[in-house]
Formats: sequence, structure tokens, C-alpha cells
Amino acid sequence: MSSREAILKAIKEAKPQNSESALPEVNILHTTYEDLDTKFATTLAGVGGNAVHLDSLSAVDGYIKEHYKEAKVIVSTVEGLHVNTKELGATDDPHTLKDVDLAIIKGEFAVAENGAVWIKEADARHRALYFITQKLMIIVPKEQIVHSMHEAYTRISFGDKDIFGLFISGPSKTADIEQSLVIGAHGATEACVVFI
Amino acid sequence: MSHNHPELAEKFASNVERMKWHDKALWFVRVKRDTQAKSLDEWEELRNTADKIKSHTLSHLDEYLEQFEKNALARGIRVHWAKDAKEHNEIVLDLLRSHNAKMIVKSKSMLTEECHLNPYLEEHGIEVVDTDLGERIVQLRNEPPSHIVLPAIHLKKEDVGTTFEKFLNTQKGNSDPTYLTRAARAHLREKFVGADASMTGVNFAIAETGGIVVCTNEGNADLGASLPKLHIACMGIEKIIPRLKDLSIFTRLLARSATGQPVTTYTSHYHGAVEGGEMHVVIVDNGRTKILADKRYVKSLQCIRCGACLNTCPIYRRSGGYSYGYVIPGPIGSTLAPSRDLKKYYSLPFACSLCFSCSNICPVKVDLAEQLYLKRQDVVDAGYLSPIKLNALKMATWLMCRPKLMDFAGLMARKMVPILPRVLLYSKFNLWGKNRELPSFPKNSFKELYKAKKGIK
Repeated sequence: MSSREAILKAIKEAKPQNSESALPEVNILHTTYEDLDTKFATTLAGVGGNAVHLDSLSAVDGYIKEHYKEAKVIVSTVEGLHVNTKELGATDDPHTLKDVDLAIIKGEFAVAENGAVWIKEADARHRALYFITQKLMIIVPKEQIVHSMHEAYTRISFGDKDIFGLFISGPSKTADIEQSLVIGAHGATEACVVFI
Repeated sequence: MSHNHPELAEKFASNVERMKWHDKALWFVRVKRDTQAKSLDEWEELRNTADKIKSHTLSHLDEYLEQFEKNALARGIRVHWAKDAKEHNEIVLDLLRSHNAKMIVKSKSMLTEECHLNPYLEEHGIEVVDTDLGERIVQLRNEPPSHIVLPAIHLKKEDVGTTFEKFLNTQKGNSDPTYLTRAARAHLREKFVGADASMTGVNFAIAETGGIVVCTNEGNADLGASLPKLHIACMGIEKIIPRLKDLSIFTRLLARSATGQPVTTYTSHYHGAVEGGEMHVVIVDNGRTKILADKRYVKSLQCIRCGACLNTCPIYRRSGGYSYGYVIPGPIGSTLAPSRDLKKYYSLPFACSLCFSCSNICPVKVDLAEQLYLKRQDVVDAGYLSPIKLNALKMATWLMCRPKLMDFAGLMARKMVPILPRVLLYSKFNLWGKNRELPSFPKNSFKELYKAKKGIK
């Protein structure tokens, strides 16, 4: 008998015969917020990130020039920006992204309760970009903001072609040395969410 | 050889200052958890729902695992099954060898700790780099993690400073956490970029979609898994959840319970390999089906490894992770370890004051204190209790079966103890008087007070 069969057989014999344990619904009554933008911004600030509201993509160009003066290598997966110095799809090897100072990526929607943004870019060739970049900017369409993870997961699906998606809530962080919070562990050291 | 919690706890507690610091550091995390839990009116409803989902899943575990496998395979993810730690380690080694991997980066996985994967791979010539900062610190010091979420919680920043001085050439005497974290970032970036393969654990495996979810704050799992061509994810059979939307419950509970954050920085849903790469999932039993078969302990398989029961436990906070001698310490370890080997870990169910804080805090409602109470009985029934404790229990039983004698003994104690000289009262034979004052003795017994109040003659 293969290990697969042995394990499944052992489970069949051992599992609790629990007739009343139906799978519950998950859309429970949950906390909502009066002002989603404010709640999101406060929560994100609490986890070390910041939220900005801008009018247009050209305003984003200006914002980047002003706030990321030292960023030499910039990769954007957002169309219509003019700050790119490197194309994500141009390289076969994600290791070549190790010098990226700023990555600008597309978020689908934001979650007010925890400062997270859902990202699932079918066209981004290398997911490594999200983690290897020194600083991260996520562009989210204005109004695309939900109260909680319950609402968030009603908007998420994984089709046959989808291979990766994630929530990012602020910059990477650690408190592994004496419980002291340090922003910037292995991933981005700054995370800015821009609503346009 | 059996393992003696009281002895090791005493060793840890002998450094009183360090013990108090450890206690405080963990209580700080517990308080942060409380703040998060109280911010949601639906907290208890979340716990109830999580409990129901996990309980349902365990009673249909084979079906969901098969569904997961089918959907994962359809996505091109390879699935492996391992009966025990040995088979798990062999599968991983074979995969690494077939890809000619010499150095791998690994994110936190209590399962691989349980299987002692690192030493196995190292024996076979593979360099394993733990990439979670806390895990890297203890790996460099050649120590196991002392907490499942905060692996280096037993260390002070000065300890980390001296470790990094030795291995990462940091400045002598510099123990600033930010400085040390930056040094580790630079050191580990080289490892990330140079790795031939990556390994991660699995927080949740979704039967419905055939994908897995990994939650981290540091981004180490994701950076590791997105660069090399080979990603191996290892999971126990109990990590499965039925539906994608079940994550709405678990992602709300996990980080809030673990560290008091609203969510982890990264909640990554892996449903396939990087371009031109391979993704493998290893599903491991290693004693879990044995627990599944025992109604009394089956709920311990609901655990999502948040560590909340460790942070809240008055014993764990004052005895440290190493006093448990098992890969998972604290209340959850104290039931999992004796389920694996009752004789070896007979003392762990007694590392508990039955305060029930763990049962009340657990986000998936594992009945931890209830299980430890039952485990104690297993230990006694199996005859593993030390003769001193066993005889004390026997004497107490004998006395309590004789009410008149019990009353007399109580009367004598109430009369005698207050007039005994301190030297005698606080001698080494009185464990209750160790490091603390005995309470003042009342004039009347409970029985007398009760009768007087109720007017019973």
C-alpha cells in the first residue's frame, strides 16, 4: 500500500463520526466603519504604512519624483506611469530584480479593518518584485475599499490560470529581537498605498 | 528517557530577573491580543465559526485531502504523502537532489522542526538557511526555537548582539534591534539570491482551490519562494480547510491571537510555481491519525499554531520554552507531546495550574485545559507518575475517604500551623512555603462556616 493510501485509510478509520458537524456559513455579522478611508489610513499607519489620495496617474508621477528622489531603479506594473527605469517582463530571471529601489504595483481593493490590499496581477511576470523591492507603492482605484475580510473574500477567486495572489498590509516587519518592532525585515521597508 | 518539566523549569527560573523579564515580554503580547480581540464585537462568533469549520473538516478529513490533491494536481502542483518524519525527510532530500540543490532557504515550519529536517539535510551535505529572523538567530546559536511564533523570545538583545558579532561581523557591543535587523537583512538577502530551492510551511491548504496560504510578517517565506525554481511546502494533514472563503474567518483570528496585529503583513495564496519552476506539497501524518482516533484529544488537531496559549500560560511564561523538551511548548505542546509519547512527556500535563486561560483564549477553541486534565489521568493509569506524587495522592485519597479523620486533621492544622516556628514551617519539606508566605489560617473550617450560615446543627 502506498503512503497515500495508508494515510487515507487511517483517516477513514479514525475520523470522528460527527453527524451534526455541518460546515457553517462564514458571512457572520461583522464590525463596519463609518468612514472607510479614515479607518484604512489609521490602521495602515498603525502597521507602519501610509495612505495617500491623488487625483490622477500623472499626479502619481509627480508624487514619486518628489518623495522617492533617491530611487534609481524603478519598476512599475501600472500602465500609464512615466517613472519606470526597468521593465518587469524584460527579464527571464527574477534574481535580476535585486537592485530595485521602488516597485509600483496594482492593488485590486483595500480592506479597512486591517490595512491590507489585495494584489493579484495576472500580467506581472515575477512575483519576486513584491518582496525584493526596497520600497513598495500600491495603486488602488478610489472607492475600492471594503470593511472586512468577510467582504474581501467574496471578491476573491482562483481560476484555472490564477497562480498567485496576496494581501499586503504595510511594510515588512519583525519583532524577533526583544519584542522591539523593526520596520523592514526582508521585504519592503516602506509601503505606500495610493488611491486614485 | 523521560523528560522532567519541574527540573528544567527550576533551572530557567533560577535567574529570577530573566524569568520576570520573559514573563513580562509575553504578557505584553497577550495584552496586545486582548486589545485586538476587544475591538471586534464578533470575536466570539469568529471563534465559534472557526471551531465549527475545523471540527467539520476533521470529520471529513480524507475527503478534503483528496479534493485538495485533485485540485492541486490540476494546477500542476505535485503532491506527496509521508506517513512519518523519516519519509517526509526522504521526500524532501530526493526533491532537492533531483534539482541539484546545495543551499536552500527555509521559512518557519513547526512541522519540519518536528521531523528534525535540518540536521537530516545537513548530514546529507545540504546547507539549510532558516530565514525568519528569530529562527536564524537560534539556528546560528545552534538552539531550537523556544516559542512557536517568537522563536528567540528567550534571548535578550545583548545575546543576539554577541551572536551576530561572531557570525555576521557586526560592531562589537552594538545590540540595537534596528541595527541588528538590518545586518540580518543584508546577510539573508545574499542567501535568498543564492538559494537553489526554497521551503515553506503551510498555514492553510484550501481543498476547494488546491492552493496553500502562507502568512508572515517579515516576507521571508515569499522572498524565498519567489526566486528559485523549486518550492517545497510541507504540511500536516490537519492544515486543510474546505473553502477559500473560510480564510475570512481564519485570517481575522490568526494574527490578532498571535501577536495582536490586525493581520500579518503578507497573506500569500500560492496556486502554482514561478515561471518555469516546480511547486511541491508534502502532506504528512507522523502520528496525527492516532490523535484523530481519540475523541478526547481530537480537538488538538484544530490548532492553527498562533501561540496565544503560550503567551497567556502562567507556567510557560515563567518556565520558558525549553523546559517542555518538545518542539511545541506551552499548553498545546503539553497535550501534543504526550499524545506522541506518554512515557517520555509524562510531566507536561502537570505543567499547568488548570486556570483554563488557554481554553478561553484559543481562537479555534481547542479544549486545552480539559485535555491536560485528562492526560494527567492517563499518566496515573499508565503508572508513570513519580512514587512521591503517587503516594501523596494515595494518602490524600485515603484521608478524604474518612470524613471524621479529615475534620480532625484540618482542626490540628488550623491550631498548630500558626504557632509553629518559621524554621520548621518553611523547611524544605514544605513545597507550598517555597518562595512564598502561607496564607493566614482561619479559625473555622469551611464545613463549620457553611453549617453556621445555613443554620445546620
